[in-house]
Amino acid sequence: MGLSAATPLWSSPGLLLAIALHPALSVPTHRDYCVLGAGPAGLQMAYFLQRAGRDYAVFERTQRPGSFFTRYPRHRKLISINKRYTGNANSEFNLRHDWNSLLSHDPRLLFRHYSRAYFPDAHDMVRYLSDFADTLGLHVLYNTTITHVTLDKDQRAWNGHHFILTDQKGHVHRCSVLLVATGLSVPNQVDFPGSEYVEGYESVSVDPEDFVGQNVLILGRGNSAFETADNILGVTNFIHMLSRSRVRLSWATHYVGDLRAINNGLLDTYQLKSLDGLLESDLTDLAILKDSKGKFHVTLKFFLEEAGSNQSADSIPLPQDDNDNFAMRVAYDRVIRCLGWNFDFSIFNKSLRLNSGNAFGKKYPLIRASYESKGSRGLFILGTASHSVDYRKSAGGFIHGFRYTARAVHRLLEHRHHGITWPATELPITQLTSSIVRRVNEASGLYQMFGVLADVILLKENATAFEYLEEFPLQMLAQLEMLTGRKVQHGLFVINMEYGRNFSGPDKDVFFDHRSVGHTEDAWQSNFLHPVIYYYRHLPTEQEVRFRPAHWPLPRPTAIHHIVEDFLTDWTAPIGHILPLRRFLENCLDTDLRSFYAESCFLFALTRQKLPPFCQQGYLRMRGLMSTESLRQHRVESRLPRNHAATDSRLEDSSQQPGDHEPPDAPMATGPLAQSLDSNKEEL
Amino acid sequence: MQLELIMSSGFSVFRVAISFVIMCISYMPTIDSLPELSPQKYFSTLQPGKASLAYFCQADSPRTSVFLEELNEAVRPLQDYGISVAKVNCVKEETSRYCGKEKDFMKAYLFKGNILLREFPTDTLFDVNAIVAHVLFALLFNEVKYITNLEDLQNIENALKGKANIVFSYVKAIGIPEHRAVMEAAFVYGTTYQFVLTTEIALLESIGSEDVEYAHLYFFHCKLVLDLTQQCRRTLMEQPLTTLNIHLFIKRMKAPLLTEVAEDPQQVSTVHLQLGLPLVFIVSQQATYEADRRTAEWVAWRLLGKAGVLLLLRDSLEVNIPQHANVVFKRAEKGVPVEFLVLHDVDLIISHVENNMHIEEIQEDEDDDVEGPDIDTQDDEVAESVYRDRKRKLPLELTVELTEESFNATVMASDNIVLFYVDCTSTMLLTRINCADWSDVCTKQNVTEFPFVKMYKKGKNPVSYTGMLGTEDLLKFIQLNRISYPVNITSIQEAEEYLSGELYKDLISYSSISILGLFSPTMTTAKEDFSEAGNYLKGYVITGIYSEEDVLLLSNKYAATLPALLLARHTEGKIESIPLASTHAQDVVQIITDALLETFPEITVENLPSYFRLQKPLLMLFSDGSVNPQYKNSILILVKQKYLDSFIPCWLNLKNTPVGRGILQAYFDPLPPLPLLVLVNLHSGGQVFVFPSDQAITEENLVLWLKKLEAGLENPITILPAQEWKPPLPAYDFLSMMDAATSQHATKKLPKCMKETDVQENDKEQHEDKSAVRKEPIETLRIKHWNRSNWFKEAEKSFKCDKEL
Repeated sequence: MGLSAATPLWSSPGLLLAIALHPALSVPTHRDYCVLGAGPAGLQMAYFLQRAGRDYAVFERTQRPGSFFTRYPRHRKLISINKRYTGNANSEFNLRHDWNSLLSHDPRLLFRHYSRAYFPDAHDMVRYLSDFADTLGLHVLYNTTITHVTLDKDQRAWNGHHFILTDQKGHVHRCSVLLVATGLSVPNQVDFPGSEYVEGYESVSVDPEDFVGQNVLILGRGNSAFETADNILGVTNFIHMLSRSRVRLSWATHYVGDLRAINNGLLDTYQLKSLDGLLESDLTDLAILKDSKGKFHVTLKFFLEEAGSNQSADSIPLPQDDNDNFAMRVAYDRVIRCLGWNFDFSIFNKSLRLNSGNAFGKKYPLIRASYESKGSRGLFILGTASHSVDYRKSAGGFIHGFRYTARAVHRLLEHRHHGITWPATELPITQLTSSIVRRVNEASGLYQMFGVLADVILLKENATAFEYLEEFPLQMLAQLEMLTGRKVQHGLFVINMEYGRNFSGPDKDVFFDHRSVGHTEDAWQSNFLHPVIYYYRHLPTEQEVRFRPAHWPLPRPTAIHHIVEDFLTDWTAPIGHILPLRRFLENCLDTDLRSFYAESCFLFALTRQKLPPFCQQGYLRMRGLMSTESLRQHRVESRLPRNHAATDSRLEDSSQQPGDHEPPDAPMATGPLAQSLDSNKEEL
Repeated sequence: MQLELIMSSGFSVFRVAISFVIMCISYMPTIDSLPELSPQKYFSTLQPGKASLAYFCQADSPRTSVFLEELNEAVRPLQDYGISVAKVNCVKEETSRYCGKEKDFMKAYLFKGNILLREFPTDTLFDVNAIVAHVLFALLFNEVKYITNLEDLQNIENALKGKANIVFSYVKAIGIPEHRAVMEAAFVYGTTYQFVLTTEIALLESIGSEDVEYAHLYFFHCKLVLDLTQQCRRTLMEQPLTTLNIHLFIKRMKAPLLTEVAEDPQQVSTVHLQLGLPLVFIVSQQATYEADRRTAEWVAWRLLGKAGVLLLLRDSLEVNIPQHANVVFKRAEKGVPVEFLVLHDVDLIISHVENNMHIEEIQEDEDDDVEGPDIDTQDDEVAESVYRDRKRKLPLELTVELTEESFNATVMASDNIVLFYVDCTSTMLLTRINCADWSDVCTKQNVTEFPFVKMYKKGKNPVSYTGMLGTEDLLKFIQLNRISYPVNITSIQEAEEYLSGELYKDLISYSSISILGLFSPTMTTAKEDFSEAGNYLKGYVITGIYSEEDVLLLSNKYAATLPALLLARHTEGKIESIPLASTHAQDVVQIITDALLETFPEITVENLPSYFRLQKPLLMLFSDGSVNPQYKNSILILVKQKYLDSFIPCWLNLKNTPVGRGILQAYFDPLPPLPLLVLVNLHSGGQVFVFPSDQAITEENLVLWLKKLEAGLENPITILPAQEWKPPLPAYDFLSMMDAATSQHATKKLPKCMKETDVQENDKEQHEDKSAVRKEPIETLRIKHWNRSNWFKEAEKSFKCDKEL
């Protein structure tokens, strides 16, 4: 009890120090990893820590996971799609269209088992998160509100300091690494005269009956604003929506945080019948007045200032006094604020130097592309609050995005604190093309976190083998060696997914004619999400990454390849997708990556001093590819292999023989020789 | 057609000269057309106003004889232009100031009358083209203006407006064949047109040419220009710069632009037809005459050099032409009826003409072929043949398709062989799993390469198949895996049955060798190691172990000291014993794999790798059918006598391994009769030596030959090429396409990166030529519609084929 009495005083750092000097008062529990919040991001991180056998705990304020979803979204419909059928058995691929599941090894913990709805109910999410935590036995301390977080310098600590967490009962938890996954919980409020008359999204009624026959003004233009509008569209007189910038439709911006098609019913009536409407203005210039009848009028702030503060509401000038067709001259019955949420900075002590970003990132804490706070080492921001990294670009603010960034953070931590290098598969160079083809066709992390997480291929000496690293934070490329523990000595490829350069934007017509590209030589003009492969001879430096050309996700590479966009996102066409990719890889590595049948390798082995990699790594190691009768027939018909590079004059000359000794029953020999015959013709 | 004749004869002689040089045969030129004169004599022959090229030399040296060959070559073409050529021998008595002091500083001089016009160091006159080009260039100094910048060109253009037309050409360098062609044309047309020549690529670019790596020739129509502010119209010659093409092109430029006719189109004949161009008649009526004429003129300009354009006045025409036809097309070929067309768009007329230019295109197409293969054409034989095979239904019902759910259950329940594949095989259950669908299962099974075959046996660790991916080898693996290895042999009788092949009769066909490890019962570690080795080799060879108390009976019988291996070669019915010096599992594996090798094997596609890894030269007997027993005997004797220890003696049966013919064709030219004994030094140097085919393959002859080889007295018949395997074709250079599209690319920001790409560009210079061909479509920067994709390309291709026909 003595402890809880002391709680209100915690805010004084002096006293905290005093407490720390008296360990007898409260023995801090030490944990290597502390996770704040048992929302989707917190649980996702907990899962990885648990699987790795790490010492961790999750602190959750309420008695169950995902408390945000118990109340929000207010109208209960999640706009993250729950695509239960894709016609594809590949579980990795299916996560491309499952925006709600967390990553785990347990196929039962997929969201499609929790809801049949394409846009599921938020209660199902709460149920899902509960099950996720329980089934996996994640270590969550419920009903534990962390009220204060501060730093404690300690040379021996992993990061030179510990994070000291104090809960509502005064228990002190000492953590080596702090992972903050508290989401955005503070409603965003704009202060202007009359803002007190405004109802917030968090508390406004969700019963349409309460809006019957009313004029409604909604401040904000995000999904919550449109969701609110949609709910009452049928019963109000009209709804006006006011915000600083124009409406951003997610199918034009390719950003899931912008207005989704499911919420845009109001756009219909606005554009068709000028019934409802959208207006653009900076909220901070406005003022809202309440007249004697309790109706609300919109006026300008400076009118209010001119008039002085002691004026009664009815006598303050309105814009329509001068300008009788002013758009918002009508009186409103209700004004609703739907301006989104901010990160809760209040529990973090100044010593953590956890600051908010500027401009767009104001609502988010300032972090690096590695999700580590710029202010203190060992403090990572996960989940929605980490969206400053890819705000309005990718999916890092949403479950289907941050489930992957949490994994990336976990991999960084495993290397930093446990000496476990970033997982990678080492394969012979002959598998290079197929490895890339496989990933671009099934990887969900690349697909969801396009432009943020990218696969990296590190080449071995002489380009005989390579290491494949998945889902590395793109912007940290320069620090790859330090972050992953892998060496980059012989060049690298980066595989990123990208939209076309000029395809996305609130003002873009994304349905224009010729929007799709079919020809492989025009692949670089592809508009829809497609794989792009960057080749670097050396790891780019931090300078190069920072000062990269505008609109480039990475510094200028030595060479670049775009795999042409595909209507089915199935990049397996032999000529359209794989062949150009192979040519690109071959030219970067200056080698021949074709595959050959054993017969061809046999011929090369006895007629050349060097063998192509495929024969070296396959045939010569007794793993040659024998062809079957029908394949052999096709091979003869296709007159392959052709050898363009060869200037083997002897081979060509011999085929020039008038009495060609080719017997009809020697199909293998006809391939290369027939070709060289052709090239001879050309020479003459 | 005189010109053409000269060109072709010149070309063939030029080839002869080159081949003589290469063959290193000292060639004394027997020149009958190149007069050899003394200086005095030479100067006495010079006629006023006549040009003469003289090469002053002291004596024939091998170095100058190449030049003399070329000079000799140039005699006739230069004579055609009235230029005499002579070789002047500087003899000691008569020195001339043109005679150089030293042998190496001899030059050629061009005189007009007895005035010296130019002197040429012999290296500028590197071949007949250079000689002709340089001489004409010097003589036609006024007719052909050489310029280096745009200003010069504009000055000339301005000066000639209303007066004369200009033939402007760009060639890569002075003295190359294109330059010669231009000079030859200038010789003929130099008085009629002003010729302008440049070698500056920037100048060419500044007048808006594409594909600047090729020579270009433009005709500037300046004579028609009366207003000095107006630009001269330009027509680009689209054919390669040859004398004949330039000649034809200029003739076509000279042909009247637009003619009015009022007679039967079938009967009309203009100079265009003689020049091989089709005629386009624009049908006009009195009422629309003015507009039609304007259209016709416009069409005429667009088709200049491609077709003759005529205005056909329908009203005064006696023959009937179809009512609605507005264009009549007459091909250049004789006897082809005219086509009446309805084309409402000028572009349609143009494209109709361009699509029907048969005669002209034939020449060009030959050039096009040289361009090489398309980078969009599959050159991977495996990918291509599998793709071509895609419609064949595989009898997959014989194998069970596994999924994530069924994998564990199936693998646990029965013995399995699993083929891990990516969609893109008893008592053993053949199963397969598509890793594109079930990537998790494959990852868990540690399968990262495809296709991959693993065998799962109840209670045993799964075995990865590492042999050739083909039916035969896989079947062998599966069959041999029916029992577990090493087989535990428990009695002498059983051991004898095992060694004779009786015990596992049905398996002998899959492994012609059985290994039996002999150990005394106390050799526990050695036995363990051997078991490990046997287990490692399971599926590839039959192994057994015998370590009963009476093991000595066996070891004594086969003269082995324990521990030992007995090796039974079933085909030969022989049993050898190999002492086990080291009993480490790895060493045992090595001993067994080495023992599996034969002394004189028939090399096949399947077994080459196991011999190849020994890194020894192959002594290979190519035989059409089975090997001659006599030869075989001779070689086996030499093997026994240890003569062939540093080689791998082997033979190849062309009947079993037809690909061997491809090898022979690479070695021999022409192919001598079989059999052939060849020594191939695969691993060091790549020399191929052939045993003289006039000698019989006997021990003595072979030994003698090998000694001569060792002494370096034999010359290789060929040396295998040592080139690296480079990319077969270039890739799309998207980076430069992107650069082209965004000229405002931030170059300043990234000086370092730019440098790197420069390096890259240098590295890839050889690819530039090809990628430049691709650059053309970038200019248009069009984004194509999806349905224009592949079928459209096919259409383009087939269209191209039509043209070739």
